[in-house]
Amino acid sequence: MTTTAPARATPPTRAELVPARSPRAAASVAFLALLLRDLVVLRKNWKEFIPRTLLQPLLLVFVFAYVFPKIGQGVGGGAGAAGFSTALVAGVVGLAIIFQGIQSVALPMVQEFGYTREIEDRVLAPMPVSLVALEKVTAGALFGAVSAILVFPIAKFVPATPVHLDIHWLVLLTLTPLCCFMCGALGLAFGTRFEPRTVPMLFGIIVLPLTMLGCIYYPWQSLHTVPWLQKLILVNPLVYMCEGFRAALTAGPHMSLWAVYPAVIGFSALFIAVGLAGFRKRVLA
Amino acid sequence: MDVVIRTEQLTKVYPGDIRAVDQLDLEVEAGEIFGLLGPNGAGKTTTAGMLTTRVIPTGGKAYVDGVDVVAHPTRAKQVIGVVPQTNTLDRSLDVFENLYFHGRFFGMTARTAKAEAHRLLDQFRLADRARVPVLALSGGMAQRLMVARAIMHRPAILFLDEPTAGLDPQSRIALWEILGELHRDGQTILLTTHYMEEADQLCDRLAIIDHGTLLASDTPSALKQSIGIDAMVTVTAEGDTELLAEALRAGVTEASKVEPADGVVRLWTARTEGILPRVIDVAEAAGFTVTDLSATATTLETVFIALTGKDLRE
Repeated sequence: MTTTAPARATPPTRAELVPARSPRAAASVAFLALLLRDLVVLRKNWKEFIPRTLLQPLLLVFVFAYVFPKIGQGVGGGAGAAGFSTALVAGVVGLAIIFQGIQSVALPMVQEFGYTREIEDRVLAPMPVSLVALEKVTAGALFGAVSAILVFPIAKFVPATPVHLDIHWLVLLTLTPLCCFMCGALGLAFGTRFEPRTVPMLFGIIVLPLTMLGCIYYPWQSLHTVPWLQKLILVNPLVYMCEGFRAALTAGPHMSLWAVYPAVIGFSALFIAVGLAGFRKRVLA
Repeated sequence: MDVVIRTEQLTKVYPGDIRAVDQLDLEVEAGEIFGLLGPNGAGKTTTAGMLTTRVIPTGGKAYVDGVDVVAHPTRAKQVIGVVPQTNTLDRSLDVFENLYFHGRFFGMTARTAKAEAHRLLDQFRLADRARVPVLALSGGMAQRLMVARAIMHRPAILFLDEPTAGLDPQSRIALWEILGELHRDGQTILLTTHYMEEADQLCDRLAIIDHGTLLASDTPSALKQSIGIDAMVTVTAEGDTELLAEALRAGVTEASKVEPADGVVRLWTARTEGILPRVIDVAEAAGFTVTDLSATATTLETVFIALTGKDLRE
């Protein structure tokens, strides 16, 4: 037998590589693969993710619930310092989730639309364009849940005064996914509506009032002495999250859950609608 | 042969009544390299955008591999591969992962995606860069990686939008070789370009597009023959080009067409022998001093100029 120079190996055919799938099946496979990609990126970037997630809540709790009581600076009005530490736990969890929505969904998306155009390739994955956007929301929600879990021990153990937790599991386990989803959707809505140029405005004009007037530091009910403010901040979705977590984690005063759940669901629907419309507008001509 | 791309009266009107593509009819056969040739703003990218589901047509139909791209975008996306004009590699992932996840998006198993990513990295001579961040790649390497990514799921049609724009000459030739190899393996390729040499060398067939309309569609050699001329003579002279054109029209009878344009006069002719001295004689007899004179054999550029009256290079 004679030997010849090895020929270029025949590349595998499509049938050998990709099983034939209906568009619907292909879309769900692509959705999960995109999610996997985001988790791999999270794993690769954990050294950035952890400090970015922990630092703000840590400083917040440290200054308000550790330093202030130590130096005798009163916070929390009539509820007292211990009441304040307890009220702050819920606020810090809410804050961590909403920041994930902005940091892991909105900001990368602003960059992708503005400079890198990486999103254009993901939009060509075999799935509807809106599913690409919903994947981003899902990933943001997962990251939000991870950060809530990371932040929780800080809120519990850093304060100098005792934190009285009274966990209502049913509320916690239903409200957390809803809030995480809402914040992922908020990230999508912001990410598709802002440009790199206007990001400083996003922080200065939207995130700042959102967090300062989001019932992170005080229960909503305690605002009854400033009724106009109490009504005004009802447009802030963070209010419902923090109040919901107050209901889930403490025995302290909180807004009625009859208001919290519908508001969180309503804001989710609003952000998804605004976000999907924005996403389609940005990727399709 | 099977038709794998078909457009029927495909139209895209952007807000403000901007007709980017106007009633375009195209047919591309399986295994062809088909070029959309035209100047910037001719509607090439919009056409490619519509065929790849990214731009929604305002009229007409477009089919890839028999799939209506507007009615079934997900199905269409399963059968196309796209190399866009800009670098859209995933900057959060390294070179290998860019291919691996592309495979996963298209439904490959982890094992298959891994094996195929490595095979493509070898084929595209990127194996030693597998674990490098994509931002560390040169322009040519990034382009090769984008081509590898686009063909990884074995699309029925590979789309490339201005694939060599901004590449250095060496990388451009390397890319032409890659496309040639893919073509030999039977890959159908549609590319948009405003480089005539690229269109001439690479493409089996071409569509010349301007202002969103199809001006001509054929093989490069048939297009060159179709205008019935062998050469184009360009005369540069001081003075009124209208008057010079008039003089040349009267004096150089073998020219089939004489036209003034942008400070020069162009003559088209089927017979080139002896024409240059005659052009100088006629021009000087009419009182013009010829400062530059050139004759070029018919190229796609000549075809384009003959079709549109303007230069492709702008």
